[in-house]
Amino acid sequence: METSQKASSLINENGLRMDGRRLDELRPVKIEVGVLGNADGSAYIEQGKNKILAAVYGPREVHPRHLALPDRALLRCRYHMAPFSVEERKPPAPSRREMELSKVIREALEPSVFVEYYPRTSIDIFMEVLQADGGTRCASITVASLALADAGIPLRDLVAACASGKVEGHLVLDLDDAEDKKGEADVPLAFMPNLNAITLLQMDGMLSVEEFEQAVNLALKGCKQMYELQKETLRVKYVAVKEEVAEE
Amino acid sequence: MTYSIVAASLKQKQIAQSVSRGKRLDERGLTDYREIRIEPGIVERAEGSARVRLGKTEVMVGVKIDKGEPFPDVPNEGVLTVNAELVPLASPTFEPGPPDENSIELARVVDRGIRESKTIDLEKLCIVPGKRAFVVFVDIYVLNHDGNLIDASAIAALAALLSTKVFNYEVENGEVKIKPGYTQLPMRNYPIAVTFAKIQDKLIMDPSLEEEQVMDARLTVTLEKDGRVCAMQKGGYGYFTVSQVLEAVKMAQEKAEELRKIVVGG
Repeated sequence: METSQKASSLINENGLRMDGRRLDELRPVKIEVGVLGNADGSAYIEQGKNKILAAVYGPREVHPRHLALPDRALLRCRYHMAPFSVEERKPPAPSRREMELSKVIREALEPSVFVEYYPRTSIDIFMEVLQADGGTRCASITVASLALADAGIPLRDLVAACASGKVEGHLVLDLDDAEDKKGEADVPLAFMPNLNAITLLQMDGMLSVEEFEQAVNLALKGCKQMYELQKETLRVKYVAVKEEVAEE
Repeated sequence: MTYSIVAASLKQKQIAQSVSRGKRLDERGLTDYREIRIEPGIVERAEGSARVRLGKTEVMVGVKIDKGEPFPDVPNEGVLTVNAELVPLASPTFEPGPPDENSIELARVVDRGIRESKTIDLEKLCIVPGKRAFVVFVDIYVLNHDGNLIDASAIAALAALLSTKVFNYEVENGEVKIKPGYTQLPMRNYPIAVTFAKIQDKLIMDPSLEEEQVMDARLTVTLEKDGRVCAMQKGGYGYFTVSQVLEAVKMAQEKAEELRKIVVGG
């Protein structure tokens, strides 16, 4: 029993995880903005083995027209996984999971957007998961928020997201696929640091109220780190643009 | 369209004013539920069923049990599937057609509460490991929509599961044979969902439809029998502060105890 547990252990005796991370450490993150030619705004994120592209189109005319709202923009989101993004091919038609995630992601991003500035228009956000390794909904929110910023849409704040969870009795940050599957709980959370606003919160698994409180605080810590990376990405892009302009 | 915006903003004002005074338009306190009425076993053809009325919200759940195959990653367990139908007779806003994101979300939130709390002892529903197992279909049927479909559906699902009977069987040369008689569906837990609406920075429980129409955001906390959190879902276009979330979890813990007594009994 002891040995079999050790063999499949996700956390070793030094408190390190399979990929060598500490319990409260994020996976390596790489973000870029303005990666797609046709989109009004776009961004790309790699978080561990996750690879996700986001594109924003709009504000633009609503199709079909009857969906247009007289007092604000219609925000639409599509979270979608490529058939080759997971171990076993995923049929390309949207699954129930993808439909639920599209909804909660939209509700996570909408509080950040000044939708009332653009009545009778739509803002469409598309997220394509090219490779999935756990925590794709959070990474999708993080990257979609940057794509919105890249599209020049006025935002109250960037939305940064990160999950925490419980694995083999330990609270951990930013679970990968193996940890998510074998873990005891998963708490994805999205946050706007400047407004102290939680815009996405889900949970599955089993946590005492005290553990849940710790998990929320851990996830918030992860969100704040993601937020710094988001800001840095935008800063780098706009510094480059400024230099280009200066050269001209 | 314009009419509904004007009407909504007037209604919002009225609801918000009364909520800030700690009252609601239907005279409830902020954490009061509407009257809950549960009728188990109302569909004889189903292995389990219940109708739940939460105020004017009405939800029916039918449980059907069939023989099927276990999932390859859990060969020793029966299968649970939860589905929700927002049938057009329940509300002028429901349309016929394939499940939309609202019904999918409803089904998945109820599913998570049942699955994560290990409500059903699925291992006891395995017939031949890796080959045959019972499949438990939980079908949520919304009959009248007056707000808080999640809590009403979760209660109805639990009540229906509590009334569910599994047919007796024996395995002969790898063939499953049904025998006369039934046994109770093996249950291990009793999850209760508690849903909050945030209106004008105040948290209220069990929002009615008109309260849902003006709320900023929604938070569902599902608690299992020992008071641990087993599922959670934020919805709506607004947000919650960190302290509101933690406060909601504590309030939900208390309320779940109270509701569980109504559904499961003392």
